[in-house]
Amino acid sequence: MKATVQVFLKSGVLDVQGKAVEAALHGLGWTGVSHTRVGRIIAFDLAAADRAAAEAEVKAMCERLLANPVIESWRAEIDEA
Amino acid sequence: MKAAVVVFPGSNCDRDCAVAIERSTGARVEMVWHQETALPADVDLVVLPGGFSYGDYLRAGAMAALSPVMAEVRAAATRGVAVAGVCNGFQILCEAGMLPGALLRNAGLKYVCKPVDLEVSNLQTRFTAAFKDRRRATMTVGNGEGNYFADEETLDRLEGEGRVVFRYADNPNGSARDIAGIVDGAGNVLGIMPHPDRAFEEDLGSADGALVFQSVMASA
Repeated sequence: MKATVQVFLKSGVLDVQGKAVEAALHGLGWTGVSHTRVGRIIAFDLAAADRAAAEAEVKAMCERLLANPVIESWRAEIDEA
Repeated sequence: MKAAVVVFPGSNCDRDCAVAIERSTGARVEMVWHQETALPADVDLVVLPGGFSYGDYLRAGAMAALSPVMAEVRAAATRGVAVAGVCNGFQILCEAGMLPGALLRNAGLKYVCKPVDLEVSNLQTRFTAAFKDRRRATMTVGNGEGNYFADEETLDRLEGEGRVVFRYADNPNGSARDIAGIVDGAGNVLGIMPHPDRAFEEDLGSADGALVFQSVMASA
């Protein structure tokens, strides 16, 4: 299975990179841009018995390593293809 | 007296820490590679030095927090051995869950490298006793992710329990409540963003960092 994990700073945590990118977009004329966040994507192949098992493993990975729960939230997509 | 400095791939203040501890306390210092599964016997202080362990991959300190030696560092801390994480070491201790909170990208987005004035907020810790009644200190910061963050409840608890040990007089990175250094609940694990290892004799602009090492060695 293919897993894609997105990690962003939590909404209550100031995302200074997002703010800087947003200011730059405004500077280029895209004044309608707001709530810009900069995060990261971690993609990997995973050997798992089924989708439920893969989801459980990815959740554990996010909680242990891929995201820092103090400051970050995450979202995972699992593709069985 | 014996100290250990852990060396991760990408540590760059490990030698600075060793020299600072040797010159300010006379303690013997052993360097410990991060793959080791034991610390030197009878160690009194373990230092996690500054630098960019694992190139700051994923998050600063995240990979180092999972290095084999960290199980030993955690066990030593539980036994009451003093552990000090400086800069990247502070980030590693937070990532390892040995200290609360996290270090975010600096509010100004810039890497900040300069001497800063600090308030010594608690003079009665194992890391500050040698300051006696001195409430001011100067040390150098060098960080891009030194912006201390914790939720309000955690910050209240840290302040209420006297665990904020150092504060910035003029906050260089946006740290919550001007926090520059904290200790864990038992008081023997210190995380500090400014570098005591860059301020251990007057020729470096300040000798205040030596007091941190002298405090902790006197407590051993």
